[in-house]
Amino acid sequence: MNTNSNTYTFLYASVMVLIVAAVLSFTALQLKPRQNKNREIEKKQDILNAVGVSSTPADAEKLYDQYIVKAFTVSSEGTVKSEDKDATFKVDLKREAKKDLEERDLPVFVFNKEGVGEKMILPVRGKGMWGPLWGYIAMEKDGNTIFGATFAHQGETPGLGAEISTPAFQDQFIGKQIFNEAGKFTSIIMVKGTASGNLHQFDAVSGGTVTSKGFEAMLLDNLSSYEKFLKSSK
Amino acid sequence: MSDKEPLFSAKNRKLLTNPLGSDNPITVQVLGICSALAVTAKLEPAVVLTISVTAVLALANVIISLLRHTIPSRIRIIVQLVVIAALVILVDQVLKAFAYDVSKQLSVFVGLIITNCIIMGRLEAFALGNRPWPAFLDGIGNAAGYGIILVIVAFFRELLGSGTLYGFQVIPQAVYDMGYENNGLMILPPMALVVVGIIIWVQRSKDKSLIESN
Repeated sequence: MNTNSNTYTFLYASVMVLIVAAVLSFTALQLKPRQNKNREIEKKQDILNAVGVSSTPADAEKLYDQYIVKAFTVSSEGTVKSEDKDATFKVDLKREAKKDLEERDLPVFVFNKEGVGEKMILPVRGKGMWGPLWGYIAMEKDGNTIFGATFAHQGETPGLGAEISTPAFQDQFIGKQIFNEAGKFTSIIMVKGTASGNLHQFDAVSGGTVTSKGFEAMLLDNLSSYEKFLKSSK
Repeated sequence: MSDKEPLFSAKNRKLLTNPLGSDNPITVQVLGICSALAVTAKLEPAVVLTISVTAVLALANVIISLLRHTIPSRIRIIVQLVVIAALVILVDQVLKAFAYDVSKQLSVFVGLIITNCIIMGRLEAFALGNRPWPAFLDGIGNAAGYGIILVIVAFFRELLGSGTLYGFQVIPQAVYDMGYENNGLMILPPMALVVVGIIIWVQRSKDKSLIESN
């Protein structure tokens, strides 16, 4: 057969594309439920991580059900919108961010464990250098002091921007405060290497300036929308 | 199947071992440099990427080798790209479903495999003209040759840049107390280029036949 004729080339390309498309969509459909389940478990692990509860993919769901006693959504005005735990878990921050501030559903997860006490876990989401950043910040009952935090990213460079997901970076947030002494919302501001001791600053990642700036904006944008809710819960 | 030759004949063994040394894809063929710079700040991503590249390169070599008589030569590059891209997406999807933790570590690097010129280079230079078994060995060999350089570079960069190896602290705190500091430059991409350069220098001064004559 003449493998260089136009007809053969066109046929070959079309058949190849069809086969590849079929194989890929079949795999994607088959694996989708499993992948979604993995993502859900990861989210539960992240939420638990923010309060310092480490979990494995195997026990994450059990621990989540046990320690996250309730979850609800609030509006930017601070009023409770829905108290449905599952619906709150499913709130997609990416979609919420596109709405006007007044219309957003802002999730709050309430953690309670004997000996630790009640904490409020707030999700945050923003942009890094190469893709989204997200995380969970656990607040003390005073709605001001950070009890713990966990952050993740999709595609930041290992050793540089990806450092935001290391314990060394995350632990510096413990004890920081998002309202200043006068009670004004300040978020937590990025500085270079001099943050220790200051309640309202964090150290940037060296070599990850764009990621750090995006991170700072993420804290400001997300936490500010909870401002009224946090003030009212003081 | 004309003349039966043993699976691991001298010629076939060379396909496996040459890429490790005198025909190394990175230091001699100078392919795949971009990913060597990108993923070698830490050992772990370097190792995982090596494994993924091995899987994709070996499979792509075999598939292209099986199809080699049917591929229209005018669109052969496109056919190669489609095969590579499909394999990479499959690897990515399977990792996401069955090894979620690994897939998170790899993040963007899985996608980067598509742009790894070693794969295209081997398909074009070897798989199109050889039978599946030698093509398979060639794929494994070249992926290993790529991986060994990645691991060497990542070893030095992680050790000197972060004081850790595979995430574990290896430089004791006492050394830091004496005034030692991690070299921040090592975790930036330019140092990967310098380290690769040093490896090429060492290799060429040992094996004079690699030095170009001009």
